[in-house]
Amino acid sequence: MEMIGMEGSHAVAEAVKLADADVVAAYPITPQTHIVERLAEMVADGELNAEYIPVESEHSAMSACLGSSATGARTFTATAGQGLELMHEVVYVASSMRLPIVMAVANRALSAPLSVWGDHSDVMAVRDTSWIQVFAENGQQAFDLTLCAFRIGEDPKVLFPVMVHLDGFHLSHVVEPLVLLEKSQVDKFLPPYKHPYSLDCDRPVTMGAFAMPAVYAEVKKAQHDAFLATKQVILKAWKEYGKLSGRHYSPVEHYHTDDAKVLLLTMGSFSETAMVAVDELRKKGEKVGLIRLRLWRPFPFEELRQAVANAEVLIVLDRCISFGGPPGPVCSEVRAALYAEQKRPKVVGFIGGLGGREIAVAEFKQMVSRGREAADKGAEAVPQITGIR
Amino acid sequence: MSARRKQTGMTSGEVSLGAVVDEAGNAVEYKTGDWRSQRPVLNKDRCIRCGICYIYCPEGCIRQGPGGYFEADLYYCKGCGICARECWTQAIHMEPEE
Repeated sequence: MEMIGMEGSHAVAEAVKLADADVVAAYPITPQTHIVERLAEMVADGELNAEYIPVESEHSAMSACLGSSATGARTFTATAGQGLELMHEVVYVASSMRLPIVMAVANRALSAPLSVWGDHSDVMAVRDTSWIQVFAENGQQAFDLTLCAFRIGEDPKVLFPVMVHLDGFHLSHVVEPLVLLEKSQVDKFLPPYKHPYSLDCDRPVTMGAFAMPAVYAEVKKAQHDAFLATKQVILKAWKEYGKLSGRHYSPVEHYHTDDAKVLLLTMGSFSETAMVAVDELRKKGEKVGLIRLRLWRPFPFEELRQAVANAEVLIVLDRCISFGGPPGPVCSEVRAALYAEQKRPKVVGFIGGLGGREIAVAEFKQMVSRGREAADKGAEAVPQITGIR
Repeated sequence: MSARRKQTGMTSGEVSLGAVVDEAGNAVEYKTGDWRSQRPVLNKDRCIRCGICYIYCPEGCIRQGPGGYFEADLYYCKGCGICARECWTQAIHMEPEE
């Protein structure tokens, strides 16, 4: 396939079309709108043989997706920010009922004040929903990870829904060079979806029934165990996708980490800016590297521990505030993951990039020096905000 | 797996995918009588067998038995007392469970 210029949102829509989705139920919201707008166009033009359900809210969007996925239909939706908040309760139901819906989230800040621009506050609010969650850092990855999401979620050993996170505007609205796949390649990669209990008049079942205190905990333990077990399938699917496309993904991706004394850790589109900062610092002889957290849930504990084992300082960037808490959710998870290790780097947390605020290369370099300074002074536990007046 | 087993001793390893219930009608095994703190007692001398208690019972646990008398099935009766309140002849009174 040749390289083309395409907006990130449209690349996601192309992936959904190549996956031959049966149902798209969605409500438009900035900065996700272009994804479902393009899908609606594809359905209307007969390019995609799917049922497009224009619902009245995101709560209804996810509810329609539940019903659709439960019948055995390949189901897609997309949302962002407030929309993800509005569908919140149904997000839990989808995963607990083990329905492999794929949802693109064009990450957006939360009101008030109203902001349509990007950060990860919406993601962190659905952190514990037992959806598999992956972060793209460019349009190509948004395309690739959406295709992989169907394959992973629908695997009989998985049957969990999958969120593909792409930063609002930075990825959703930027035209980038990317390479799609041939339909024949996708068909080989993505077998038909079959749910073992799909709704069937000849074999009736009750989904989402109620559970008394005597059994609820066992049901949640079963869900937790099954969710942890999805990682093997994720690794296998990404490996196969690598063979197919030449583009390789792993839960924790490394950039110049081998001899690095100081490591940055990012999720999403800012990773590419951080890479430029690493390149520039390395030119000056500084042993700096970057960890990109590709898989957010299930959290890749083992891979993270290995990746940072030889670093002295680990600088974590959060695009969300946990008010009155650690206060960076990613940083606190990273710290928790390393707590029991004999040998671990000092972890310094930065909050930045809130509500669409840019973080330029120079600012990443500054985070490296400020982070190192805090670690030297033993002040690594004090959270810092970058680029704040 | 029966609903009773599900209520009592099911382990996490025995939970079906998504906790799907794949057998029909197993709600009959659900012992809502466990909730009861008082039970209805029928005085057959006052009962006129009209069935108003049967109509009002929100649990649907009252049945007409031998002799035409209506009595609650204590496996399901939650002890709400609506039957006693509605009974035209005050033939039903509630007694505390021990």
